[in-house]
Amino acid sequence: MAHATLPDTDLPTEASWLSRNKLAIAPWFFLAPALVFFAIYVVGPIFESLYLSLFEWNGLYDAQGNSTATYIGFENYVKLWDDPNFWTSLVNNVLWLVLFMLAVPLGLMIALFLNQDVPGMRLYKSLFFFPFVISQVVVGLIFGWFYNPDFGVVGQVYKALYCEETINIVGNVTFKCAGSPPDILSSPEFATYGIIAAGLWPQIAYCMILYLTGLNNVASDQIEAGRLDGAKGWKMLWYVVWPQLRPATFIAVVVTVIGALRSFDMIAIMTQGGPFGSTNVLSHYMYETAISEYGERYGYGSAIAVVLFAIMLVFISYFLWRMYQDEKGGR
Amino acid sequence: MFRKLTTAAAALALMASGALARDLVINFDDLNPGPKAAFEAAIAKFQAENPDINVIANNNDREAHKTAIRNFLTADAPDVTSWYPGNRMAPFVDAGLFMPVDDVWEENGFNEDLAAIKATMSRDGKIWGVPYSYYQWGIYYRKDIFDLLGLEEFATWDDMLAGCAKMKDAGVTPFTIGTKFLWTAAGVFDYINLRTNGYDVHNALTAGEIKYTDPRIVATFENWKQLIDECGFVENHASMSWQDAIAPFANGDAAMYVMGNFSVDGYKNAGLTEDQIDFMPFPTIDPSIPLAEEAPADAFFIPTNAKNPEDAKKWLAFVARPDVQTEWNATIGQLPINSKAEVSDNKFIQEGFALLNSATGLAQFYDRDAPAAMAKAGMEGFQKFMLDTSTMQEVLQRLDEVQAEVY
Repeated sequence: MAHATLPDTDLPTEASWLSRNKLAIAPWFFLAPALVFFAIYVVGPIFESLYLSLFEWNGLYDAQGNSTATYIGFENYVKLWDDPNFWTSLVNNVLWLVLFMLAVPLGLMIALFLNQDVPGMRLYKSLFFFPFVISQVVVGLIFGWFYNPDFGVVGQVYKALYCEETINIVGNVTFKCAGSPPDILSSPEFATYGIIAAGLWPQIAYCMILYLTGLNNVASDQIEAGRLDGAKGWKMLWYVVWPQLRPATFIAVVVTVIGALRSFDMIAIMTQGGPFGSTNVLSHYMYETAISEYGERYGYGSAIAVVLFAIMLVFISYFLWRMYQDEKGGR
Repeated sequence: MFRKLTTAAAALALMASGALARDLVINFDDLNPGPKAAFEAAIAKFQAENPDINVIANNNDREAHKTAIRNFLTADAPDVTSWYPGNRMAPFVDAGLFMPVDDVWEENGFNEDLAAIKATMSRDGKIWGVPYSYYQWGIYYRKDIFDLLGLEEFATWDDMLAGCAKMKDAGVTPFTIGTKFLWTAAGVFDYINLRTNGYDVHNALTAGEIKYTDPRIVATFENWKQLIDECGFVENHASMSWQDAIAPFANGDAAMYVMGNFSVDGYKNAGLTEDQIDFMPFPTIDPSIPLAEEAPADAFFIPTNAKNPEDAKKWLAFVARPDVQTEWNATIGQLPINSKAEVSDNKFIQEGFALLNSATGLAQFYDRDAPAAMAKAGMEGFQKFMLDTSTMQEVLQRLDEVQAEVY
């Protein structure tokens, strides 16, 4: 026991550099694994893409392992400027960003609707949340079938309204229609909207859950105070509840922007960017030109990635700036 | 991803010859039951003939193989890999990743026996691989519907247009197709182009030597427009895969399908019997043009970094032998390329064999003959044109721009 008490008195003088600075070092120590992987898998590839976008390269190395790339300067970016598919993708990206924002008010609406005391409310809430739990791939498949003009709901409803059943030449049942049924995913005008609608389904559920947790934290004394002052309905929502939901709104907007920019999987499942590239977004177009079977243009694909990164950078900088401001305000 | 299937024969051979056995690594790309069985049977046979070679076979999914080959040719090359001729082999040949095998062709008399495919296997004056199988393209049609309407197989374009009119009167859509994955439209384009302009124009176009706005290609598109207007394809084809497009064909709503022979299984699975379906070559448009056909081939190549090129060449010589090709293709239901091989008595195989043996040229397929970036843009253009034929000029001009960039 005496042995244990002795060193105490000597500690301050004998303390190593490590223990003297442990408060400063500890966070870095715990951050290190994440930082290393972030550097290797995120920061590194960003610079690699920047570098590769200056080359023309089909992704191959020769038998000795030397890259077959040739340096072409900014030519890939010049080509991008003249590439109608690139502009289609960019416009679609903007469409996604704008229309995906609908998830925020719609999510709030459902959250307000579900935020009441009714027996079995938990069940309803989880049912509304359900689409977010399903994988994006499955959502894409389901909506793909839903839109299918032959066997999907859209096609069946159309058939019921405008087609008559007849027997064809070999004696099988077939349908004779007044016009062709709407084929949303193959029409260059509507396909993108069709995919966005599919993407909104889980995104609304996500925003809803964010708002539901936000509503739990709304101070009930303020609500009551508002009631005493005669506020109700829209006024209550606008002046009392909404300001308290600001943190939830911020997160909802952030995840929706991110969701809109990484709309890759829905497109890959539902249309592969088709018909003839009209539903492409930058991320899918990049995949198509660089990695897919008909791509193998890594330099050009990297140039698209750089443009996409530049767009994301605008949002990322804004969000970081906002968070930094909040932190400063919080101290 | 990789499935190691060192065969029982390989294990036996290893025991028999012990440390003397030389390893031969073969990467193959088809896990479907038929092709897999044929490949394994061929290995067993090869092993029995060469007990001193220890074959290590890696069989991979086709799509995964397409990605993996780009790495393993440099990083960890097998001794033999399966791949495709035409432009698909061009990037690897140009990067120096494949080994020329002219000597294998010379020693085994392949220059005569495989003559039809030699041009496709060549690049820069050298031969780069040995094919083991191919299959024909053409029009698969509903025999029962043709009989009901009193139609015969179409010999000429005008016959076909007249036949289409009859079908439409009877409420039958002449053609089914599913263009969701684009390449099916290229089959139609290739055939109309081969019949309008011939084999040399097909090659010149896919090699980037003539423009898409060239009057000859415009003529092809005019014919295609006529086919769409007077015959017509099923609606909604842009939302269907080639398998989905079998449904209207099987139901009797559509009577014809421009397809490859691999689709026969699909028709049978959809409930059609062999009496209900038949095959006809794509009809002639200009009688002065000699008939060339689409016949995509599958082949084996030796990577430059192969560790055992000697035995790899033995395998290449082996897979092109008439008896091996006969057995292999009987199992997978395709055509042997060696002219001395025999074909099974399946009617589609018989017709295909006769068709391809009389052809003056064999095209691989638009997306195998043209470079990848061109093929992608081209097929998107074909789909756009099929959905709205008034976009023809716009599509052709866009393809000219892409062509100028790609080549």
